[in-house]
Amino acid sequence: MFPDSKIPEGPLAEKWDKHKFNVKLVNPANKRKYDVIVVGTGLAGASAAASLAELGYNVKAFTFHDSPRRAHSIAAQGGINAAKNYQNDGDSVFRLFYDTIKGGDYRAREANVYRLAQVSVNIIDQCVAQGVPFAREYGGLLANRSFGGAQVSRTFYARGQTGQQLLLGAYSALSRQVAYGKVKLYTRSEMLDVVVVDGQARGIITRNLITGEIEQHAAHAVVLATGGYGNVFYLSTNAMYCNVTAAWRAHKRGAYFANPCFTQIHPTCIPVSGDYQSKLTLMSESLRNDGRVWVPKTVETAERIRKGQLKASDVPEEDRDYFLERKYPAFGNLVPRDVASRNAKQMCDEGRGVGSTGLAVYLDFADIIKRTGAEAVAQKYGNLFDMYAKITDENPYQEPMRIYPAVHYTMGGLWVDYNLQTTIPGLYATGECNFSDHGANRLGASALMQGLADGYFVIPYTIGDYLAQTPPKPVTTDHPAFKQTEAEVRARVQKLMSINGTRTPDDFHKHLGHLMWEYCGMARNAEGLRYAKAEIQKLRKEFWSDLKLTGTENELNQALEKAGRVADFIELGELMVDDALDRNESCGGHFREEFATEEGEAKRDDENYAYVAAWQYVGENQPEILNKEQLVFENVKLTQRSYK
Amino acid sequence: MAGSNPNAKPMNLTLKVWRQKNRNTQGSIVDYQVKDISPDMSFLEMLDVLNEDLLRKGEEPVAFDHDCREGICGSCNLFINGRAHGPESGTTTCQLHMRKFNDGDTITIEPWRAAAFPVNKDLSVDRSAFDRIIQAGGYVSINTGGTPDANEIPIPKQIADRAFEAATCIGCGACVASCKNASAMLFVSAKVSQLALLPQGHVERKTRVENMVAQMDKEGFGACTNIGSCAAECPVGISLENIAILNQEFLLAKATSNNLA
Repeated sequence: MFPDSKIPEGPLAEKWDKHKFNVKLVNPANKRKYDVIVVGTGLAGASAAASLAELGYNVKAFTFHDSPRRAHSIAAQGGINAAKNYQNDGDSVFRLFYDTIKGGDYRAREANVYRLAQVSVNIIDQCVAQGVPFAREYGGLLANRSFGGAQVSRTFYARGQTGQQLLLGAYSALSRQVAYGKVKLYTRSEMLDVVVVDGQARGIITRNLITGEIEQHAAHAVVLATGGYGNVFYLSTNAMYCNVTAAWRAHKRGAYFANPCFTQIHPTCIPVSGDYQSKLTLMSESLRNDGRVWVPKTVETAERIRKGQLKASDVPEEDRDYFLERKYPAFGNLVPRDVASRNAKQMCDEGRGVGSTGLAVYLDFADIIKRTGAEAVAQKYGNLFDMYAKITDENPYQEPMRIYPAVHYTMGGLWVDYNLQTTIPGLYATGECNFSDHGANRLGASALMQGLADGYFVIPYTIGDYLAQTPPKPVTTDHPAFKQTEAEVRARVQKLMSINGTRTPDDFHKHLGHLMWEYCGMARNAEGLRYAKAEIQKLRKEFWSDLKLTGTENELNQALEKAGRVADFIELGELMVDDALDRNESCGGHFREEFATEEGEAKRDDENYAYVAAWQYVGENQPEILNKEQLVFENVKLTQRSYK
Repeated sequence: MAGSNPNAKPMNLTLKVWRQKNRNTQGSIVDYQVKDISPDMSFLEMLDVLNEDLLRKGEEPVAFDHDCREGICGSCNLFINGRAHGPESGTTTCQLHMRKFNDGDTITIEPWRAAAFPVNKDLSVDRSAFDRIIQAGGYVSINTGGTPDANEIPIPKQIADRAFEAATCIGCGACVASCKNASAMLFVSAKVSQLALLPQGHVERKTRVENMVAQMDKEGFGACTNIGSCAAECPVGISLENIAILNQEFLLAKATSNNLA
C-alpha cells in the first residue's frame, strides 16, 4: 500500500491553515530537548536550520563546503516568484498556483503547490527584513520582472544575482544562530549515510573531508536539504560538487525516490566548446524578457555562419526565423523552459544551428539596445553580459549570444508527504532534493521560492508534529545501528581505495554523463533507454573493478570524494532510465519521441500516467519496486498545455 | 571542437605549484609540465588536465578549492604569478581563461598567504575566520515570520543599489591575500556598509561594527593602512568607499556606544 501523502481534507485554500492548526505542537520549554540535524546549507537548508534554531530546537548543520555561503543556491541568477501582485497586473495566489501546476504539465500535487503560492508572499517580506537588497523602483518600492510560463510580472530580483543575495540572507540568519549557540556548524563534512534506528531516522554518518575521520551524529530528526542530481549528466549548470549521495544513501535505507527521470534542460546556456569542458554556464532566463531567440531561415545561411563567412549581425531581418515568436505568439520568447529547449534542439537538428559546432541558437539584444541604449541593458544584465564575454571572448552588446540547452535542475527527488517527510519516519527532505512542487517541469524563479518556502515556512511547522510524538529523551549514538552503519561506510570507502585500477573517477563520470545525455536527455525513446540501461550496468561493473585512486582515506582526498559521488550517480542513472522507460507519455521535461502531437509537442497520457512514480529500493542488484501515487486534480482542469 | 577562437593554438606550459601535505607540514614548490592546453579552457580546467595526468600516473592530484565555476560561490582562490586570481582584473580564478597566457609560459600557483587562513593541503586554505566575523554581527536580528509587508520599507533606489554593490562580496579572501598586512577590512566593510546603508540594519549598526571589527582583530588579520590593493584585486569590484563607511560607522559607534558593559 502506498504511504499516506497526508494531504489535508477541505477546500484547497484552507488546507494549509487547517493543517497548521491540526498538527501537534512542541511546547516552548520542551523544544530545547530536541536535536535536529540539517544536511546542506543552501537556501532550503540554511533557512530551515536558522528557523528551527529560532524556535528553540538544537540544530546541527552540515555542509561539505568550507562555508555555508558556498552552497550552489548562490549561483541562481534571475529571481524569485511571489504572488504579491505589486504590479496590479492580475496576479494572485491562485494564479501562481495555476501557472505552476500547468507549467509542471499536471504532474505535481495541487495541495503542495497551493501552499507554495500562499507562503511565497511571506518569503519576500522575510528577505527584505533581513536586508536582502532587491531591485527597487525610483519610488523606493520593489521592482519586478517577468519569467517564462507566466503572463504577469511577479519575479523579484537582485540584478542577475538573486540566489546570492537570498542565500547570504539565509546564511546571515544561520550565522546569528551559530553565534547564539543554537546551531552547531560542521563545515567540510560530507554525509555518507543516514542511521535508521527501529525504523526511524536517528542520525547520520559523515566524513570530515580534511582529516578523513568518519563520525557519528545523533538527533531526533534529520532534514536533508542536499540539492539536485543534475550532475549525473556530467555537464550541467550545477556546481562541481553537487551530487546525489545524501539522497541516494537515504533511498537505499528506505526513502522512496520519486520521478527521477524528470530533469530540466535549461534553454539558455553557453554552448559546449571542447572536450575539456568541466561545466556549463547558464545565462539567466530573465534575458528572455528582452532577448529574441532566432536562427537563420535557411540551412545555407546557417552553414555560412558556422564556417565563419558571415556574422550574425549581418544577417538581414528577412533571413531570420524568430522561431519562438513565430510558433508561440501568446508567450513568444517567454515559453516555459522545456518548450524553449526542445525547439532549440529541433532547429539544430534541422541544420539551422549556429556557432562552429552547429549546436547553438542566437539570443539577440539588438532591439532592446537600440530601444533603451546599452547602458540601460547593462544596468539590468551587466554581470551576465560580462560573464558571457569572459567565457566566450565575444561581446554580446555587438553580436548576439550563442546559447544551447543544458541540464539545469532536477524536479525528481526524494518522495515526501505533505509534511515534507520521506518514507523513513523522522527523515525530511526540503528544496531541490525532494520531488514535491514542480511536477514534470519547473518554472523559472520557482526554485528559490520553493527552497525558502520549505525552510522558512513549512518545515518549522511540520517537523513539530513528528517531534511532539517523539519522547524528549536525549538521543545518543549508543544504539548498535550507529556502529553498524559506520562500519558499512568505512568498508565502502576502503573498497574504493583498494580497487587500484586504471580509470579515474572523472573518466567514469564523463562516460556516464555521455550515456545519460544521449539516451535520457532532451529526447528519449524506448530503444535508446534500453541500450543505456545495459551500458550503465556494464559501466557500474567496470567502475568497481577498474577505478584508480591515489593517496589515503585519512586526509583531504578530492578524488576519493568524487569517486564516492560517481558511484552513486551510476546507480541513480540506471533508475532514471527505468523511470523514463516506465513513463509511456511525454510530459514537461520528459519527452519520449514515441509520444508527441502532430506539431511535435509533448503528448501526455493523463488516463494512465497521472501519477507520481515512487521507487522503492529492495536490495542490491534487485529491480526496484514502482509505487504509484495517483494525482488528484480537483481545482484545475487537465488540458493540453498551450502557449500559442 | 573549437570554441570562439578557432585559430588559437594549444599551449604547453610549465607550472610551479605549491604542494603541502597538511596544516602541520612544510610545503614547497613543485614543477609540472602541461601540454596541449586550449586557450578556451578556464584556468581550473587546465588544472583538471594536470590532475587527471597525475592521477593516471599514480601521483596525488593537487588539492584546490572550487565549486560553481561561474565566479559567484567564492570557493576558488589561487594566487597566480603573484596576484590573487591571476592577471585579469575583476575576475575569479574560475573565470580566468587560458587565452590570457602564452605558449611556453611559466605559471606560479600558490595558496592565499595569511596567518588567519591556514593551509589545509596544497592550494586549499581554511577561511572559516570569515564565517566567525559574520557570526559576530553580520546580520539583522530578526526571526522568521512576523515581518512587515516588504513594500512597507521604501528604500531610495540609489541607496538600495549601493547596498547591493556592497552585498555582492563573494567572500573569497582575495582582499586579504592581496594586502601586505593581510587585513580583512574590505570583506568586513562590505557587510557593515550593506547593513548600515539599509534602514533594516540601522537598529544594530553600532554593536554590529564594534563586534565585527573586534572579531576581525581576534582572528589575526592585520590592520588597514589604506594601500587599496584589496579593492584593486577584488574580483567583484567591492569599492574602497566601503572601508571609509566602516571607519565612519566605527567612530560613531565608539563615540556613542550602545555597548553599555
